[in-house]
Amino acid sequence: MRPLFVFLHEPPHIPFVKLHTLGFIVSVLLTLASVGLLATRGLNFGIDFRGGIVMEVKAPGGSADLEAMRSKLNGLGLGEVALQSFGAPDDVLIRLPRQPGDDAAQQKGVETVRNSLGTTYEYRRTEVVGPKVGGELIHAGTVATVLAILAIAAYVWFRFEWQFGLGAVISTFHDVITTLGLFSLLQLEFNLTTLAAILTIAGYSINDTVVIYDRVRETMRKFKQMPLGGVIDLSLNETLSRTVLTSSVTAVAVLALLLFGGEVIRGFSAAMLWGIVIGTYSSLFIAAPLLLHVKPRRGGEKGEPAAVAGAKPTKA
Amino acid sequence: MLNFQPWKTWTVIVVCLLGVLLALPNVLSQQTLDGMPSWVPTHRISYGLDLQGGSHLLLEVDLKSVTKERLQGALDGLRTALLKEKIGYTQLTADDDRIVVALRDAADADKVNGLVNQIDPDLAITTAPDGKLDVAYTAQSIAQRRTAAVDQSIEIIRRRIDETGTKEPTIQRDGEDRILLQLPGIDNPEHVKELLGRTAKLTFRLVDETTSPEDAKAGHLPPGSELMSGDDASAQRTGQPVQYVIKKRVMVDGSTLTNASATFQDNQPVIQFKFDSVGARRFGDATRENVHKRFAIILDNKVISAPVINEPITGGSGIISGSFTVQSANDLALLLRAGALPAPLTILEERTVGPDLGADSVRAGTTACLVAVGLVGLFMIVFYGLFGIYANIALFFNLCLLLAALSTLGATLTLPGIAGIALTLGMAVDANVLVNERIREESRHGRSVISAIDAGFSRAYATIIDANVTHLIAGSLLFELGSGPVKGFAVTLCLGILTSLFTTMLVSRLLVVWWLRRTRPKALPI
Repeated sequence: MRPLFVFLHEPPHIPFVKLHTLGFIVSVLLTLASVGLLATRGLNFGIDFRGGIVMEVKAPGGSADLEAMRSKLNGLGLGEVALQSFGAPDDVLIRLPRQPGDDAAQQKGVETVRNSLGTTYEYRRTEVVGPKVGGELIHAGTVATVLAILAIAAYVWFRFEWQFGLGAVISTFHDVITTLGLFSLLQLEFNLTTLAAILTIAGYSINDTVVIYDRVRETMRKFKQMPLGGVIDLSLNETLSRTVLTSSVTAVAVLALLLFGGEVIRGFSAAMLWGIVIGTYSSLFIAAPLLLHVKPRRGGEKGEPAAVAGAKPTKA
Repeated sequence: MLNFQPWKTWTVIVVCLLGVLLALPNVLSQQTLDGMPSWVPTHRISYGLDLQGGSHLLLEVDLKSVTKERLQGALDGLRTALLKEKIGYTQLTADDDRIVVALRDAADADKVNGLVNQIDPDLAITTAPDGKLDVAYTAQSIAQRRTAAVDQSIEIIRRRIDETGTKEPTIQRDGEDRILLQLPGIDNPEHVKELLGRTAKLTFRLVDETTSPEDAKAGHLPPGSELMSGDDASAQRTGQPVQYVIKKRVMVDGSTLTNASATFQDNQPVIQFKFDSVGARRFGDATRENVHKRFAIILDNKVISAPVINEPITGGSGIISGSFTVQSANDLALLLRAGALPAPLTILEERTVGPDLGADSVRAGTTACLVAVGLVGLFMIVFYGLFGIYANIALFFNLCLLLAALSTLGATLTLPGIAGIALTLGMAVDANVLVNERIREESRHGRSVISAIDAGFSRAYATIIDANVTHLIAGSLLFELGSGPVKGFAVTLCLGILTSLFTTMLVSRLLVVWWLRRTRPKALPI
């Protein structure tokens, strides 16, 4: 059985190196815009990080009267109660700001809402995070992300050379920061699952970058005389069909999650989808062209004689 | 690369079949499973609380209060001892972690040292530069007490939760002073929280009748007594808070109770209790010496009731009456049976999911996974034909192995974990794409079919390993530092990377090798 469709019979000749200045400009602008957004608008932290109360309730009678609920709950003196319909018409997400006082004050808040709405409502989900835990989670999350990127960089350095490690770190930070920027721009809720998505994006992006770096290293050894720009262009074009196919098939899987996975992981899926796009872009237009500027040594890894490391001409 | 020794082939086949067998219980209904022969494994993946519904509570043990309470006891002891030995002092106070003593005569320091040692050998004295004495517990003994307090709290929590009839609760220590509580099937944890919100320290003490609460409030409080208020229920009944002057010395405390149960007396809910032999003797002696006086039953520093002792109570059992409802009498009996917490608990975090939302999430997650599998499978066939089918077979075994690993390891599947499975599918396909693209490329460079396939596999593998190891690094950090559902995601992601390495590097290669041997092809099918 033959394939119904072959993507790119022959490798294309896209001048990635020529385009890379444009890519750098776009990325620098994107990064600056993201940092600016993070500094001014900040992230819409969910209760995981900020502390507070979220309750998902199902209203009796098939549809929820948001206005009536809003005026009822806002009269309780619990601060500004935000209501949002969530999936089905009778599903409502209630958000309460962190209650002033200690952890016990948060518990009081939940009780007040339950007493006010009564038992005709179905309480599908209740999450209460006290101020203490929230602060710790932000800390742990930041540490996890930075450590993950550094650990990956160390591995890439160990397997390749430091120039590659540096390129991997820069492109991964770029992906993480622009994803945060997107979350800030759209004011999507940033919670623990989003953080998991960010780390997964970092993993995915590095995966993509490593595949391309692997090819760059191979081409560098094979064509010792070829200028670095040519090596990069050739490597990117030869692996382009794989890059595009893998990204699309992963995107398809994530799209299924986004469309059918339900409200609870929608934020996660959205972040992942963006991450696949930006991760693929950064491997092609940042990670690879960055090598032009840091100039890795030609002829193989440290200590390895160039003659052995270079590919035999018969394989070309 | 294209050489498969028989033992290798058989290992791959056996592992795959084992994977299918172990994954099977997850797709069969309980009924079918019960009808199966006994050698069929029955382990299923356990759902996290976000999928099966239940309550997750993170509690903090107030360890400061443990140290503080202990220090307060030492302070009282020291004051009595100093008075008895007639040692003069100008200051004797306790703050959070030490007692400060300023002596009239510095020469008494040695004597005080001896006294302190008698009170508690764990106490250590240091002399501050200003000549005052600092009395504090050694760091080692504080650490020991803290550990013991958390361990004891876990034990008491377990007893209280067991009494409520919750099925399969998980109670575990989380860090130095925290306890993680997972209660499957509890969708309204209010009652549990209420039970955990009380330390339930019960004491029996005498009422100090030498002074009235009004006088005491005005400042005439005898040194061995303290002012206490009645519990909320009796305050509600009488319409105003009642206060009592209570002697500090404890006659008997709740740790000597062997049983407690709710019952009725004169149509009022009351609690019947029984002392152990030590408690019975002490209570008998105390009541004998104080006939016609009042004693108070005190729970968590609130007076439940203060009856008059009509005659010595020597039978070792008694009844606590107060302003109880049936529910509150039952709860109090439960708390007394389970014992007192060594320190108050605070709820830091609560996550409760109702059973309906859990079921909805399982349904949505399964749909999403099936759609993802379908689309990815279709994609592979469209782009790689026969080799795409082989990749799909490998993908199927990958899924089975992943489910098998999750079932046998007893891992918990959460909603983000399901997302991890869907994502793993995409990643698993990446390895196949890498191999197939490489084979195409090698064949474009003029290699023969066999040589192109051989080179395709061997060259792609180095890349696949590098790419997956980096991914595994990210995954394991997520596992180390994540919590709850995120951990569940990290588990499926990491296991998924491992199983997909196995299936692409061995299963799909084996399929291609078989095809080569069978058909001896002249042209590549991709």
